[in-house]
Amino acid sequence: MGKADTKLFNRASQVVLVRDADRTVLTMASDFRGDVKEFAVVIPVPTFIERDQIHVADKALIDHLDAYSAPRLVEYYDPDPCQVILGRSYGRLMGAPAQDKAGRRELAKSLGVTVEASYTVGEYDILILSASESDGLETWLRENGYRIPAGASRVLGSYLRQGMKFFVARVNLEEKARLGFSNLRPLQVAYESPKFMLPIRLGMVNADGPQELFIYALTPKGRVETTNYRTVKLPSDAEIPLYVQQRFGDFYKAMFTRQVDREAKEAVFLEYAWNMSWCDPCAADPLSREELGQLGVFWLEERAATPARQRPQQAFLTRLHLRYDAAHFPEDLVFQETTDQSNFQARYILRHPWSGDASCPAARQYREDLRRRQEEQARTLADLTGWDLAGIRARMELPGEASDVRSGSRRWWERLWKD
Amino acid sequence: MRRRRDPRLYQISVLSLLLAYGFFRLGFDVMAAQIAVTLGAALGAQYACSRLWRLAAFEPKSALISGLSLCLLLRTNLLTVATATAVAAIASKFLIRWNGKHVFNPTNVGLAAAMLSTGKVWVSPGQWGSVAFAAFFFACLGGLVVHRAARSDVTYAFLLFYVSLVAGRSFWLGEPLAIPVHRLESGAFLLFAFFMISDPKTTPDSRAGRVLFALLVAFGGWYVQYRLFRTNGLIWSLAAFSPFVPVIDRFLPAERYRWSGAGRLSRSPTEDSLKGAFHETQAACIRVSRPPGPVGPVGARLLRFLRGQGGHEAFQQGLAGGPRP
Repeated sequence: MGKADTKLFNRASQVVLVRDADRTVLTMASDFRGDVKEFAVVIPVPTFIERDQIHVADKALIDHLDAYSAPRLVEYYDPDPCQVILGRSYGRLMGAPAQDKAGRRELAKSLGVTVEASYTVGEYDILILSASESDGLETWLRENGYRIPAGASRVLGSYLRQGMKFFVARVNLEEKARLGFSNLRPLQVAYESPKFMLPIRLGMVNADGPQELFIYALTPKGRVETTNYRTVKLPSDAEIPLYVQQRFGDFYKAMFTRQVDREAKEAVFLEYAWNMSWCDPCAADPLSREELGQLGVFWLEERAATPARQRPQQAFLTRLHLRYDAAHFPEDLVFQETTDQSNFQARYILRHPWSGDASCPAARQYREDLRRRQEEQARTLADLTGWDLAGIRARMELPGEASDVRSGSRRWWERLWKD
Repeated sequence: MRRRRDPRLYQISVLSLLLAYGFFRLGFDVMAAQIAVTLGAALGAQYACSRLWRLAAFEPKSALISGLSLCLLLRTNLLTVATATAVAAIASKFLIRWNGKHVFNPTNVGLAAAMLSTGKVWVSPGQWGSVAFAAFFFACLGGLVVHRAARSDVTYAFLLFYVSLVAGRSFWLGEPLAIPVHRLESGAFLLFAFFMISDPKTTPDSRAGRVLFALLVAFGGWYVQYRLFRTNGLIWSLAAFSPFVPVIDRFLPAERYRWSGAGRLSRSPTEDSLKGAFHETQAACIRVSRPPGPVGPVGARLLRFLRGQGGHEAFQQGLAGGPRP
């Protein structure tokens, strides 16, 4: 089965946005692998955050969500051309990863900065900051060991003027040692605000290249899309050569890069949209009610007055993927929930040819069709990924030139005498 | 009386091109069936209403413009909802009237009503991206230039106010210029400014009134978008302020657009106002000036200035006035 490393995309982060009406639960995952002392997050939040609004989740939840919604390979097996029976089976694929900004700890005094609250939650020390001056905030953060990039104060300032607070988290080493988790677990914040957005500008201030972001939105009504950027469906349902199975990760990466370029690097891509109650094919089982609850899907509890356990989970999952930098994504992402419940998945089809003996007249036709089909697969792959067509043909062991390939569209007299 | 080419033909071409571009290149979330059903329903409703109100002829252009605009904006998975929205949009022109003018822009009220009542539709303001913005902008602007529209003042005023509000907020927040530019580089915004708010039948009669109306709509849209943080602020704002147009007309009166045959054909004021539903869709119509009435000579001169009298033709849905004699 095609399998892709979770480190497929560098500098990627994953965010789960659970949203209904004005309530939001934000879960931020990080695959931070450096020294945890260096780890820090600074995110603007629209409201003051109380202790009980913060939670630390299990990373497995996001991995599960990732596996469930990842682009997938689907395999079909051609039947014996001399019989008319269909056999098929499904395959699954892959995940995607995260990383974040780093900082260092120290103590210092305030510069017009108010520490509105300070909590220790799980392995994290969290501060809720407000400030009168962005310069003061920048200095404060720097003096406190947060590696704030130069020029951040301007971005900080525009958030402060909107009355936003800053949620600042670092790892509490003692707590981490006591709790014994080897990896940093995702942080969760629940808040109530009409703003359905994700701040990305701060992360772009000193970014030396584009960053990768995966957003999983869980909503009750339907698909989520960005309102200030185009949301584009990733090409799907394409039939691709069999050998891609061995390098599906490369395929996905190359295809994604090509689609990003085709959309002038300004689009957000839809990779999955499905009601959580089912899937077809399932890359992984849907999340259980408990898992959804852990992620913050609060309405399931509230609406679960009826005991029917097997009722459909009214949680619609949208998986969005974007590659962003300051030049192409100047403003923060703003979302809206649509009432679109139609399903979408990024899936790619492998069709195994019939390999048994077949000598009936239909088999001859089948082989011709197969050849033409394989050529089409090669062209599709070249078009999706930008890979060299000749190289693809070579890997597929197809004849090199297009003249052979036209056999499927032979002229009428070539087909007349079938000897 | 000179006749000019019907500006609605230009509008129909621009909207059709935009739809083709959106459908084939941008992959708009709209099925061919929905386009067919929407256009069919809009034309069908126009035809049915024309018959019902016993209008002399069936005039498809305005209905086609409304239908095309709905195809560009309305998103739904239900063909029934698309149909109902198109029918409601056209019917609103005939049903919701005040003083011989319909109150709402049909596309606008159709969208607002469908979003409020069905819960099955959405509008995707982000669907355009900003790549084709320049071409889109010039296509829209081209229409104004070509037709020298008398009522394009509402579009200019709206653009000025809305751009100032969005840019002003960014400036106040200390955001880089790229942010307001990106926000304004939106096909949805242009479609609104050039094809929706500018509908002459639903804007005030006087120039001062139209500028005031543009200010209200721009502020309302901005408020919904950037203070309440909801989407589609402009659509909501236009729908909310349209009912105030008769009030604005009352306090800032001006000459009305009236239609060549209305006076002769009508037997009663009610009928006169209903005739407008038909006549507004007529390409050739003339602008008749109302007697100065209570305004007085000085007021009349002031109003003349505010009206920006130039004998221009309106580049708008349902209106193409020849120059006054």
